[in-house]
Amino acid sequence: MGRTLAQKVWDDHVVRRADGEPDLLYIDLHLTHEVTSPQAFDGLRAAERTVRRKDLTIATEDHNVPTTDIDKPIADPISRAQIEALRINTKEFGIENYELGNKEQGIVHIIAPQSGLTQPGMTIVCGDSHTSTHGAFGSIGMGIGTSEVEHVLATQTLPLKPFKTMAITVNGKLPIGVTAKDLILAIIAEIGTGGGQGYILEYRGEAIRALSMEGRMTMCNMSIEAGARAGMIAPDETTYAYVQGRDHAPKGADWDDAVAYWKTLPTDADAVFDREVIIDATKLSPFVTWGTNPGQGAPLSANVPSPDDYTDPVDKTATEKALAYMDLTAGMPIRDIKIDTVFVGSCTNGRIEDLRAAAEILKGKKIASGLRMMVVPGSVRVRLEAMAEGLDKVFADAGAEWREAGCSMCLGMNPDKLAPGERSASTSNRNFEGRQGPGGRTHLVSPQVAAATAIRGTLSSPADLVGSAN
Amino acid sequence: MDKFTVHTGTAAPLRASNVDTDQIVPAEYLKRITRHGFEDGLFNSWRKDANFVLNRPEYQGVSVLVAGPDFGTGSSREHAVWALMDYGFKVVISSRFADIFRGNSGKGGLLTAVVEQSSVEQLWKIIEEDPTTPVTVDLVAQVITAAGFTAKFEVDNYVRWRLMEGLDDIGLTLKHVDEITAFEAKRPRFKPTTV
Repeated sequence: MGRTLAQKVWDDHVVRRADGEPDLLYIDLHLTHEVTSPQAFDGLRAAERTVRRKDLTIATEDHNVPTTDIDKPIADPISRAQIEALRINTKEFGIENYELGNKEQGIVHIIAPQSGLTQPGMTIVCGDSHTSTHGAFGSIGMGIGTSEVEHVLATQTLPLKPFKTMAITVNGKLPIGVTAKDLILAIIAEIGTGGGQGYILEYRGEAIRALSMEGRMTMCNMSIEAGARAGMIAPDETTYAYVQGRDHAPKGADWDDAVAYWKTLPTDADAVFDREVIIDATKLSPFVTWGTNPGQGAPLSANVPSPDDYTDPVDKTATEKALAYMDLTAGMPIRDIKIDTVFVGSCTNGRIEDLRAAAEILKGKKIASGLRMMVVPGSVRVRLEAMAEGLDKVFADAGAEWREAGCSMCLGMNPDKLAPGERSASTSNRNFEGRQGPGGRTHLVSPQVAAATAIRGTLSSPADLVGSAN
Repeated sequence: MDKFTVHTGTAAPLRASNVDTDQIVPAEYLKRITRHGFEDGLFNSWRKDANFVLNRPEYQGVSVLVAGPDFGTGSSREHAVWALMDYGFKVVISSRFADIFRGNSGKGGLLTAVVEQSSVEQLWKIIEEDPTTPVTVDLVAQVITAAGFTAKFEVDNYVRWRLMEGLDDIGLTLKHVDEITAFEAKRPRFKPTTV
C-alpha cells in the first residue's frame, strides 16, 4: 500500500523503532527564541550536557521585543532579562542568534522560510505551536514544549508516536476576494478546535495547488488551531521556485539531488488516510471569528449565532460564555461589529504578500476616525522589502502605524496590547480571552478584511468598500 | 522526576471546554526564565473572579482538576504544566486533551487522564455535591475511583511507564547515541545547516 506525504517524511527520519516505544525521530532544524528556551538551557547546564548540533539550530528574538524604539534598551526589565538570557545562552552554547537590530531578525516562522532554511521533506521543531507553518513546504513542522526543546538541543532527536493522517481536500477554485486565511478559518470552524487532535493534516486539492507559498504558510500555520500539531502541503513547482536561490537552498548538483528527492514525497495514489474532509472552495466567502476560540467563526455576511443554535450542551455553554466575553448579541449582523484596533502582522499574516494585500486596499484612503491600525512586518527583511515598494508610505498616509518586526499584538507579551474591553480585527491566529491583552476582544480576519475594516470601522470585506453591502 | 503510582486528593470541577493554555497561564508570566514559581499565574484572569472554582473555600487544597473537553489547546507553553503543578495539581481529568499539552504533561510529571465525557459529568456531580470527596487516580491499574464511582482511564503506555519509573527522557535517548550518530552519517548532503 502507498504512503502519505506525512508517512514518507516521518519514515525518512526514524533513527530507531522498537516495540512498545515511541519512534526516535531525527530533527533537521531546531528554531529557538527567548520565551521557551531559557529553562531548557538551564537543564543542559545542570546535567552538564551540550548542544549536539549547533549547525542545525538557530535563535531569534521575536515574542517579547518592542516594535518601536528598538535602538533603545527594552523598557520592561523582565522582557529585557529574558532577551539577555537568550543572548548569554546562545553565546555560551555556540548558537547563532538574530538579535533585535540584526537584518535577519524577525518572527521565527518567517525568518526560516525566507532564508531558505525551510525546505521540503524536513523535520522542523520549535518551542512554539505555530511551527506547523513550515508544513507548507512538505515538511513536518511541530510545536514542542520546553522539555522537548532541551531534548532536541541535547540529542537532535525526539521520541514521538506516529500520528494518524487526515486529508483535507479543497476542491474547486476560491472565489475572487477569498484568501487562504478565510479558507483555514472555515476549515477550523468545520472540524473544530479538537478535530485535528492526534493527526497530521494534509491540505490537498485544486484550491491548495493554486495558493502561493505565502498562502500555504498561512494555512499550515493555523493547523494547530484545529488541534493538529502539524499540517502539510505536498511540494510542487511553486515550492521549488520559492526555495531556489535562497541563502540556505541547495546549490548546483545538490539542488538536483534535492529536487529529485522532493519529487518522491507527495502522497501515493493508493495511500489511505485515516480520515478525509472535503471542502468546496467555490462556496466560501470572507470568514471571521465571533467567539473566543478559532473554531467559533462564521462568514462575514452571517449573523452572530445564538446558544439556541446548538444542541450539544458543551457547545451551548461555550457559545454563551463567548458571547458574554465578546459583549455581542446573538443574531446581530457580524458586519455591524464596531472595531477599535486593527492589527496586520504575525506569523500567520505578516509576510510581504499580506502587507501588499492590505496596502492595495488602503491606498489613497483613510482609516476610520478614532480607530487605531498597526502594521507590523514579520521580519526585518519583510519590512525592508515593503519599504522598497513604498508600502510604509501607503500605510502612513492612510493613518496606520508602521512598526518594526516582531510578534507584536498577536500575543500580549510585549508593549503592543489591547486595553481591557478594546476590540480588534486581527490577522493573527488566536482569539482566546485576553490573548492580545487582558480583557481584550479579538476577531480573526484576513489582511484584506483587516484593511477594509480599518476604513469602515466595522468588520468589512473589500467588496463593502465599493457599495454593495453583501 | 518523581515516580507516580497512585494519587488520592480532593478535586475541583472546571466546567469549561476549550480551556486554552493562554487561560491556564497568560503570556505575561512567560517572560520568566525559571522553571518554578508559576502558581500565581495559574488561571490568572479567571482567579480575579471571587466565584471562580479555585477561589471557593471548599476547593482549597485540591490536587485533581476535572475539566471539560479540549483542555490545553493553543500555545505550546510548558509553563501551563508548570503552573498547574506549582499550584498543587497532580492530575487533570478530561475527555480530550490538546496534543502538545498532553506531551508536555508527560515530560513534567503531570498525569493527564482521559475518560468519557459522561464520566467527567459524573465526577463533576460528585465533587460538587461533596467537595471533600477523595478522588483516587491509580496509574498502575489505570482506574479512577471516587465515592462509588469507578472508571478506567486512558494514558499512553510509554508515558505511563515513564511516569511510574520517574525517568528522564534525555537520559533514555542518550543510551542510543550510537544510532543517532549512524543516522547522521547517512543524512543527504543537500540538507541545510544554519551556519
